[in-house]
Amino acid sequence: MLSRSADSLFWLGRYTERAANVARGLSVALRMAGLSAQLGAEGDEWRSLLIATGCEPAFFAKHEEASQENVVDFLVRDPDNPTGIISCFAAARHNARSVRTALTVDMWGALNDSWNALRHAEFQGERLPGFLEWVRERVLLFNGAAQDTMLRGEPWLFVQLGTALERADNTARLLDVKHHLLAPAQQATVEYAQWQAILQSVSALRAYHWVYKDRLEPAKIAELLILRPELPRSLTACHGRVLEVLDRIAAGQAGRRGECHRMAGELHARLRYGRIEEILSAGLHEYLTDMIMRTAELGNEIEAFYIRA
Amino acid sequence: MSQSQSQGAPRTPPAAFDELGQGAEIRAAYAAVAAWLERTPPSELEAKRAEAELLFRRVGITFAVYGEGGDPERLIPFDIIPRVLARSEWDRLSAGLSQRVRALNAFLADAYGKQEILKAGVIPASLVTGNEQFRPEMQGFQPPGGVYTHIAGIDLVRTGPDQFYVLEDNARTPSGVSYMLENREAMLRLFPRLLARHRLAPVNRYPEDLLTTLKAAAPDRAGPNPTVVILTPGAFNSAYYEHCFLADEMGVEVVEGADLFVDENVVFMRTTAGPRRVDVIYRRIDDDYLDPRAFRPDSMLGVPGLMAAYRAGNVALCNAPGCGIADDKAIYPFVPQMIRFYLGEDPKLANVPTYLCERDADRAYVLDNLDQLVVKLAQGSGGYGMMIGPHATAAERAEFAARIKARPADYIAQPTLALSTVPTLCANGVAPRHVDLRPFVLSTKDEVRIVPGGLTRVALREGSLVVNSSQGGGTKDTWVLDTDPQDGAVAC
Repeated sequence: MLSRSADSLFWLGRYTERAANVARGLSVALRMAGLSAQLGAEGDEWRSLLIATGCEPAFFAKHEEASQENVVDFLVRDPDNPTGIISCFAAARHNARSVRTALTVDMWGALNDSWNALRHAEFQGERLPGFLEWVRERVLLFNGAAQDTMLRGEPWLFVQLGTALERADNTARLLDVKHHLLAPAQQATVEYAQWQAILQSVSALRAYHWVYKDRLEPAKIAELLILRPELPRSLTACHGRVLEVLDRIAAGQAGRRGECHRMAGELHARLRYGRIEEILSAGLHEYLTDMIMRTAELGNEIEAFYIRA
Repeated sequence: MSQSQSQGAPRTPPAAFDELGQGAEIRAAYAAVAAWLERTPPSELEAKRAEAELLFRRVGITFAVYGEGGDPERLIPFDIIPRVLARSEWDRLSAGLSQRVRALNAFLADAYGKQEILKAGVIPASLVTGNEQFRPEMQGFQPPGGVYTHIAGIDLVRTGPDQFYVLEDNARTPSGVSYMLENREAMLRLFPRLLARHRLAPVNRYPEDLLTTLKAAAPDRAGPNPTVVILTPGAFNSAYYEHCFLADEMGVEVVEGADLFVDENVVFMRTTAGPRRVDVIYRRIDDDYLDPRAFRPDSMLGVPGLMAAYRAGNVALCNAPGCGIADDKAIYPFVPQMIRFYLGEDPKLANVPTYLCERDADRAYVLDNLDQLVVKLAQGSGGYGMMIGPHATAAERAEFAARIKARPADYIAQPTLALSTVPTLCANGVAPRHVDLRPFVLSTKDEVRIVPGGLTRVALREGSLVVNSSQGGGTKDTWVLDTDPQDGAVAC
């Protein structure tokens, strides 16, 4: 496949996933902001979300205050914010357009219809929850269309690679911004609601109950989201997928491998054989910061080997 | 799309020839279409039109217009009423098109070779070698098979039952064929029963014919399965959809300049598995941008060293560089003589009489008759820089007169033709609108292939003679009735 096409497909996977992740983040922040208000607590949900999405500096360059309206506008509409939902869809569609022939009609349709609808979407105030739900559904539809209709060749693998890498990055960031809540001895009501929110943001609240059959505990939440392979958005699951996809691409090219393969193998092994007690005692924040950095490096190595070679 | 423009009827009659028929006299080819229009209520036609628009927008068949504000991704309006040609009409056109393109290819080989037609004085040498479309880089080099314009689009107009004219040749990178194919697809979805009542010549073998044509152009060493790519200027090009569409239909890669590189006169594309050799490039970028080392040094779209690889015989370029001298408007008047000179045949398709303003006698006539003539830029395309005399104001005519006097070689003029009309769905119901036709002609060393029909473009504004998409033109599905009975064949 053309290197440029691989590039577009990789970023198509990343941007669609990113749009959904921003929508997930906004949903949870909205819920938490409401909750904090009820409990009379000083919430900084909107600010946390800006940090988790890596948008904080750019946001405060334009806005004084991290109010709901400002943050929502910045993370949904603002064309100057490349992480905004509309920007992500625009970038995803641009990438899709340049590899139009590698996509199926269903994938293109899912993306293009979303784009056409987004241009007239209303998302402030009362409309926000419905809008965010719609964004998640559109990305689920796109992923489903890819899953159900795309030929299992290299184009498919590069979309999967982008999706898995972006998802790993998102889970790590999301956890990191709340890492203080997962430190031992946090038990207040607000924190309990926060734990629920963290799990909900990765669609894992019910999964937690199924896996642990127990009340929420910070160490277990961290374990679920970092180490449990059966949760599809855990770091282990995402990096397992990255490794699997890289291996399949290599297998299709007579075993041609590079630094990205070694790095993905190492990263996955650390997760697969990791223990949550050690991670927590060494410091969750330090661990997650390291993960975020390694995930970014892996992305660079993948591009260096397949795309910019 | 849009490389040419049609023009024609003066504001007052002679009334245009209507292809459906005049009054109660419906022409045979349109019988079923006329009956369908008769019994279909306007509201249903309107509903189908809206459905068609949705269909086109959903598939993403847009063309890009940048720098004019508004939505840069526009749909070319699709008219749901087909344009119909009888088999006998098409057969005549097809023979004429094939003849014309064979002559154009012979001319190109001659112009970059022995220049016999210039030596014989049939075409003034200055019009060829002094033409800015002339590429000295192509002299003394024969492309594989001697074919230059592998894909040509010939714009035809009609003024009567048997009066067809070639308005313009497009020998460089003609576009629009994706609309020919998608329009038929849309009609099949919108009106399956209407199509079933006709036996139509299919158009869907075009991509296969194109691939055959491109493979035939490959250098010998490439073997039976050469690697073919489409070279596009990129997603911002107005015809980008078409480039991807054709690549998809043929199962080849669509590449940009940066995807290719030249190493020791061999062209490679960058792939995830490393460099891969390329044998045939169907390039949809202009000569000027092909290779910054050979042509415009500021081109970011091209491939450095491509021309050297081409001249070394390591890669085929379709169409060959330098085809612009064959479709230049100043050369156009000489195509009938070319046909006689190279093929020893009488032209089967007529030219529109054309005045070259650089000739003193022609210019005097043009300046005296500006209110009757269409004036065009010799190098222009897309309907820009033209004046339709009968529709122009006195001030516009005076402006063009001044321009012609200042730069006579830049202008040609032709009589205003009464272009034929075809029923078209307009805001106030079905009304006649002027049309042209662009068939696509594919050439290999041994064979010329033409899919029956082509792209019909229609001027949607009442009385307008300009069919270009950039000037408010639309398209129609073009039907060639296939009356030859075929066993068990499904009308398609």
